[in-house]
Order: sequence, then C-alpha cells, then structure tokens
Amino acid sequence: MLELKNISLNVGKDSKDILNDVSFDFDSRKLYVITGPNGGGKSSLAKIIMGIYEPTQGQILFEGEDITNHDITQRAKLGIGYAFQQPPRFKGIKVRDLLKMASGETADYKHMCALLQDVGLCSQDYIDREVDDSLSGGELKRIEIATIMARDLKVAVFDEPEAGIDLWSFQKLAETFKNIHEKHDTTIVIISHQERILNLADEVIVMADGKVKEVTSKENFFADLEREELDCMCGLDCSKGVDKNVELIG
Amino acid sequence: MLNSLDNELLETIADLHEIPMGAYNIRKNGQKEGRNVTANIDIVSKTDKDGIDIIIKPGTVGESVHIPVIMSASGLNDTVYNTFEIGEGSDVFIVAGCGIHNPGEEDSEHDGVHEFFVRKGAKMKYVEKHYGEGGGKGKRIMNPKTIIEVEEDGVAELEMIQIKGVDDTLRETEIRLHKNAKVVVTERLLTFRDQFADSRIVIELLGEGSSAQVISRSVAQDDSVQKFYFNLVGKNKCMGHVECDSIIMHNAKVYSTPEISALHEDANLIHEAAIGKIASDQLIKLMSLGMTEREAEDRILAGFLH
Ligand SMILES: Nc1ncnc2c1ncn2[C@@H]1O[C@H](COP(=O)(O)OP(=O)(O)OP(=O)(O)O)[C@@H](O)[C@H]1O
Ligand SMILES: [Mg+2]
Repeated sequence: MLELKNISLNVGKDSKDILNDVSFDFDSRKLYVITGPNGGGKSSLAKIIMGIYEPTQGQILFEGEDITNHDITQRAKLGIGYAFQQPPRFKGIKVRDLLKMASGETADYKHMCALLQDVGLCSQDYIDREVDDSLSGGELKRIEIATIMARDLKVAVFDEPEAGIDLWSFQKLAETFKNIHEKHDTTIVIISHQERILNLADEVIVMADGKVKEVTSKENFFADLEREELDCMCGLDCSKGVDKNVELIG
Repeated sequence: MLNSLDNELLETIADLHEIPMGAYNIRKNGQKEGRNVTANIDIVSKTDKDGIDIIIKPGTVGESVHIPVIMSASGLNDTVYNTFEIGEGSDVFIVAGCGIHNPGEEDSEHDGVHEFFVRKGAKMKYVEKHYGEGGGKGKRIMNPKTIIEVEEDGVAELEMIQIKGVDDTLRETEIRLHKNAKVVVTERLLTFRDQFADSRIVIELLGEGSSAQVISRSVAQDDSVQKFYFNLVGKNKCMGHVECDSIIMHNAKVYSTPEISALHEDANLIHEAAIGKIASDQLIKLMSLGMTEREAEDRILAGFLH
C-alpha cells in the first residue's frame, strides 16, 4: 500500500547519500519495526514518507497513487502520520489544543483523556498544560505519540517512541501499540531499538548506511543478534572480538 | 447614544456587550458618554484638565471598573489624564481600552496618561486593550502612558494587549515598587502592514523584597517596525525578571534594548530576550497533522500571543 521505489537522499554537494537506493513495500495492516545503528537513515526515511524531506531520486506510491510530489499537508490528508523523534514545543498551545488539532477538531474531552491514558499520562494533570519548555522530555514525547494516536491514519510512523520514557509508561505504551495493531487497520511503522517493541513486529527492517540491510522476522532477528553477540563487531580489542580482529589484521 | 459600531468597539476593547455592571465611565469622541458609580467606587471629572479620578475605597473587594474610550470620527485628537486611587487592602479589576474607528482621511489620535496608586496591601488587576479599525487613509495613533506606584505589600497585575489596528504607538510604562510590592506585566503586541510600535517599560524596585516580572511577546509582520526598551532598576534586595520574545516575519524589523541596573548588592535581575522566525519544526508538526502552512502559522501565532 505504501511503496518506496529506489529512494535516494542527498543533502549538499559531494556528501555521501543519507539514503541510498532504498526500495520497500509496506503492506496494509502490518506492524513493521525499523532498527539499526545510529545515523543509519531511519528518521530520514520516515521524513521522506511524511514529505518533510524530498528524495533526490526515486518514487513514492501510496495506494497506487504517485505521491512523490505531494507536500506534507497533502500526505497528512491522505492518512499518513509521523510522530517526531524530537517533537517541537509550542508556547501558549495547550495539550488539549494540540490533541484537538490532531484529531481534525473532532476529539471531545473524553476522547482526549483516553488518548492521554493510552500513553500513560494522567489526563487531569496534563490536558491543560502548555506544550512548552515546562514539560519534561518524556512527557513531551508521550504527548507527541498521543497526537498521532488521535488521528485516523492509514500509515502511522513512530520515531523511537521509547526514547526518554520510563519503564512503567513504556510498558503501557507497548500494550497500546499492540491494541492498535489488533483492533485497527492502520499500517504501523515503529523505529525502535527496544526488544519489547521488536517483539510486536510482523517484520523487522534493519537499516544501516542509508540502506535496507535486511528484512526479517523477529525470531530470525533475535537469533542473528545472539550469534552476533558472540562475535563482537566493536572492532576493538575486546574479549569477544579478538578472533575477528585477528582475522581482520591477518 | 451608543450605536452598533460603538458597541462593537466596546466589545472588542472591554469585553463588554452593552452597558457594563459596576462602576464605569465611557468616553466617546472626546466627551463623557456615560458614567456609573457604586457605594465603594467613585468617579469624578478633573477640574484642571481632561480626565477623571477613580477612587476606590479601602477594603473594596471583588469589584470592577470599566473605562473604555471610543473614537469613531476622523481627525480627532483626544488627550486624557486619569488617576486611580486603589484603597488599602482592596482587590479590584480594572479594564481600560481604547477603540478607534477611523473612517476618514485624517489621523485620529488618543493620548492618555493612566496613573495608579495601589495602596498598602491592595491588589489590582489592570487590563488595557488597544484596537483600531476603519477603512480610510487616516492613521490611528495611540500613545498611552501608564504610571504605577505600588505601596508596601501591594500587588499589581497588568495586561497590555494591542493586536493589529493601531498604526502608530508609543507606550510608556513606569512602575515603582515599595517594600514587598509585586508587579507582573504581560504584554502582547502584533503589528502588520507599515505599523510602528514602541514600548518602553521601566520598573524601579525601591523596597526590600519587591519583585517584578515582565513577559512580553510580540509578532511583527509585513513592513512593520517594533521597538522595545526594558529597564529593571534594583535599588534594594529585590527580584526582577524580564522575558521578551518576538516572532519576526516578512520584512518587519524588531529592535529590543534590554537594560538591567543593579544598584544594590542583593538585587537579583534577569533579562532574557529572543527574536526569531517561527521555528520550522513547529510548522512541520502542524502541517503533518493536516494543516496548510498558512493555517499552521496562524495557530502558532495565536497560541504565542494568547
Ligand atoms: N538535514 C540533514 N542535513 C545533513 N545531514 C543529515 C540531515 N538529516 C540527516 N542527516 C544525516 O543523515 C544520517 C542519517 O540520519 P538519521 O537521522 O536518518 O539517522 P537515524 O537512523 O534516525 O539515527 P538515530 O538512531 O540516531 O536516530 C546521519 O549521518 C545524519 O547526520
Ligand atoms: Mg532517528
């Protein structure tokens, strides 16, 4: 339903590609987890999907329609959503205002409370707070996630929803993702480094160096991870990596 | 008589729908249009110049005074001097505002001095809204001056709002705080087209334990120009904090001059100032919720000036 065809992204001249010929087909109703090393291009890919970055090359199809030249607003109206890795803060805009905007002005008080509860926030304490510097990082992040949950989406991309979130809220959040996946048709894409989230995946996408390195099941992913752990990639002279380093030097 | 245009101006500047409850004095085109006094609040015309004395008895709690000024003719030049006596231990709400509807080609100008004596332990909230409209080429000019003296343990809260509509303004605010007196000033300003606004706020912290907080937010659009000058003068053990934030758009210009003057070793004064465009991640966030760039901008500005 969402098809990326040979997407490349390159900002500035002579620099290396942030994304390099990425092709991927997201099916409807599935839950994908994208993982991989820092700087691998995960957020950039999400921004390409939302229309925040324009690809230097390639094509994006959504339900068969070419949306490569659609702007952010048009894509949002088609049902694409993105929860920021680092959400912005707004002076003078309250949590309730933001949730209301997110829902297309339809959410009533009860609905907004339910949304806040889904991300583990006590609605009474937060609904009238301003989304400004007074919120902690984890609070802001959870409100950001709630704004995406407030929308009626066909594709929802969450960028490291676990970042900065305490263990208790995170547990709640993971459950919420699971519920959404079970009850709704939304295609869910979660960028994450967390085992608990990876466990929800129908498919795991590993990205590194601007490329899709591997698409696999969570079972295979964890199996591979265990093998790699025995066989450290850190490149330093650590106990696990000795053999490998010897090999490299040799 | 007040016509429907007057009522509209009144509603905008004073949140009044018709004739207000409580004490009021309505001035229209340089003349007294209506007045009401209460058992605790007296309003009398000055004899030496244009203006009124508003006298609030000590201990008056929960009452309000409305003193709107409306101007609906072109080519007027109106000047007033109003004095407020806020009696000891009282707690009152005062709404002043000036609405100019200038339909003609000549400039209309309203200059006013508002002088307040907030007596011992009294509490005052003062809201001032300035608003202009009208299709003619005549400018709408307003130059308000506010002077506030807050005595021991007194509290003054000021809200000064001017959103579009006023073409040329110099607003001067002078505040003097005595022992344990406190002031909170909230300023909201939006200029567009070729408007000019100059706001100068000087607060003298004279008494021990006095405190001042100023939160100024402005938006400058099109070719408009804004100038700000803030000065906190700490002459005793005191706390002062100025936070001014401006959003600049199009070809506008914003000049902000902060000054903090500590004349006592226990004066604790902070000034924070920032001028910048609307942050692009804010726009992107709202657009990704389905708004157009224009809608996103409007929402961000409305929140900022709220
Ligand atoms: N606007 C930009 N200008 C320049 N470089 C950029 C820009 N956006 C991303 N990059 C670079 O592209 C690479 C990929 O960044 P991206 O944010 O997509 O990584 P990521 O996989 O999300 O990493 P993380 O796990 O740390 O969030 C990084 O090297 C980053 O510095
Ligand atoms: Mg990232």
